[in-house]
Amino acid sequence: MLSYLIRRLLYMGIVLFLVSILSFYIINLPPGSWIQNYALELEASGDIVDEAELEFLLHRYGLDRPLHEQYIRWIVPLVTEGDFGQSFEWGQPVWPLIEERLFLTMTVSLASIIFVYVVSVPIALYSAVNQYSIGDYFFSFMGLIGLATPNFLIALVLMIIMLRVFGVTPGGLFSPEYLRAPWSLAKFWDMVTHLPVPVVVIGTAGTAGLIRILRAQLLDEFQKQYVITARAKGLRERFLIMKYPLRMAFNPIVSSVGSLLPQIVSGSAIVSIVLGLPTTGPLLLRALIAQDTYAAASMLLMLSVLTVAGVFISDLLLMWLDPRIRYERGN
Amino acid sequence: MAQEARGAVSRLDVDEPLNYEILSQRQLIWRKFRRHRVAYFCGVFLTLFYVLAVFAEFFAPYGAFTRDTNFLYAPPTPIHFVDEAGVFSPRPFVYKIVSELDLNTFRREYVEDKSEQYPVRFFLRAEPYKLLGFIETDIHLFGVDEGAALFIAGTDGLGRDLFSRMLLGARTSLFVGLLGLAVGFVLGLIFGGISGYYGGGADMLIQRMIEFLQSLPTLPLWMALAALVPPNWTPIQVYFGISLVLATVGWTGLARVVRGKLISLREEDYVLAAKLSGLKERAIITRHLLPGFLSYLIVHLTLAIPHMILGETALSFLGLGIQPPAVSLGTLLQDSQNVQTVTINPWLLYPGAVVVVIVIAFNFLGDGLRDAADPYKHI
Repeated sequence: MLSYLIRRLLYMGIVLFLVSILSFYIINLPPGSWIQNYALELEASGDIVDEAELEFLLHRYGLDRPLHEQYIRWIVPLVTEGDFGQSFEWGQPVWPLIEERLFLTMTVSLASIIFVYVVSVPIALYSAVNQYSIGDYFFSFMGLIGLATPNFLIALVLMIIMLRVFGVTPGGLFSPEYLRAPWSLAKFWDMVTHLPVPVVVIGTAGTAGLIRILRAQLLDEFQKQYVITARAKGLRERFLIMKYPLRMAFNPIVSSVGSLLPQIVSGSAIVSIVLGLPTTGPLLLRALIAQDTYAAASMLLMLSVLTVAGVFISDLLLMWLDPRIRYERGN
Repeated sequence: MAQEARGAVSRLDVDEPLNYEILSQRQLIWRKFRRHRVAYFCGVFLTLFYVLAVFAEFFAPYGAFTRDTNFLYAPPTPIHFVDEAGVFSPRPFVYKIVSELDLNTFRREYVEDKSEQYPVRFFLRAEPYKLLGFIETDIHLFGVDEGAALFIAGTDGLGRDLFSRMLLGARTSLFVGLLGLAVGFVLGLIFGGISGYYGGGADMLIQRMIEFLQSLPTLPLWMALAALVPPNWTPIQVYFGISLVLATVGWTGLARVVRGKLISLREEDYVLAAKLSGLKERAIITRHLLPGFLSYLIVHLTLAIPHMILGETALSFLGLGIQPPAVSLGTLLQDSQNVQTVTINPWLLYPGAVVVVIVIAFNFLGDGLRDAADPYKHI
């Protein structure tokens, strides 16, 4: 058990190490650099480009060094001191820039996952118990639409409906008066009231997918002998389903977190851009386009940390839930 | 049809000895697939759609870049069969559209001028174009004479016909998906094949690689990769670049399928027999193993295409994918990024509807193919 945990943690470390190299490398692959873009921009706006200043910036950010040295200059302080380096674009350290956004990304993702489960489990249960009923067909159809519609499109349509029907532009996570306010209970509540739209939008595809998996799984279980036996012995239908097939079906639910989490984090990136949420998505897009190396690499790394850690937690949950897996991995 | 009829007769006719048909695997799959109505319909629909996309210039009444500055954000042109006097005409017609400035809102309003009728003409000569890129012609399937305009799906902010652009954009989106898939298919086959057939260390390494790629949030990864595509590339190069980006993640699922199938198949007796009779590995793989799971591969591919299309749409929507002036369904949706604009001009969302329809059709097709390819499933 303990050795399994250690192995898993070690593996996570390796994965994140590879992610850090990969993201740093990918971001530096395009020709040109932020300094060059900056110089071009200055030139375009008619400003005088000060060669000495560029030289200074180049040296200050270590962009005149070979790539692997730049990488080391970024990763070592990150691991040892939690220093994520400087953002060129914003001219300030990366961490304070992304700290709150990361937290909000986590909040939105977590809320979306909860939404996915809360919605999909009862629907799947209903659909499986009442197979081929009108409700089943309805949910299957809705699920299909949900899977097929790009989530940014759902976001757009929802925004249009809100604008047309209620005359308000949804968007953002806070009301204007709380935008720059320090955290308080009122601000938190304000955020909660803003959550439903993005959460529904981000969660739709995941919900549709999970309903599909869960329904099939439950239908499989319903045909098994133990269900027939239990029914023959006169167990109440409701009790029977809750106690046995549903419990069996929970296994794939929990293990689906592993694939759901990257999907949700992905989805939240693009939905945030459309809805203007202050999460990492919009900032990442800007950083990538501006070749703001440290900011972009740090965000990519942190998003990966989020998913990898989530998968780890789901694995732990699975072990807690299923004695067979616990036994297999313990040995 | 003929085969089915013969089957029905042989069952009814008792005096005749039952004539059994020997059907190949492919014929069996085809028969089962034909019986799957929705999937069959979707297959036909998608085939038609691809035809539409390939010959987009012929089906589109206007060019993708033709601007009519009199019609900025013009709504879809109504097509009529019955005129003001209540007379029915079998040939559809449109009224001349005139734009008026609403002095209260300062927005342009487009109203029909009921005094001028223009019939919809078929196979008329209009803008010249090159069919399939090399046949020069100027015949379009339909359109109206000069003086009126026919915008089936309205126009965008630059006065370009959205319907024509959607057809051309669909071509890009549909084929970017296929191209990415082709790359992903080769990668998946190679890596999955090595992993499943040889096992051991290579398997271990490849599996960890797949897990690694799958644990990354896809879209941020795609965004980072798409940002690599240099801005000075030609549209064709960008096109290939984006397909490659989509393929980087797309191959992992396929590799898993290939591996799983190979692992179960390589233990079969007939593989052992083939080995004992001295067949080369290459021959074993291509002649004995590959046919065993080819149908699964096709199914998987069909279900992977919508992912590619959605990926392209998302990337282009963000401005990281196909770059304007090149047209794709994603770039068309860029125009709808501004909610105010879309609320006033809702037809800008039509390209999104096209995406949804294509993806749903591919899903049904894939489901039907999966059921048809499963030898244990009877439908």
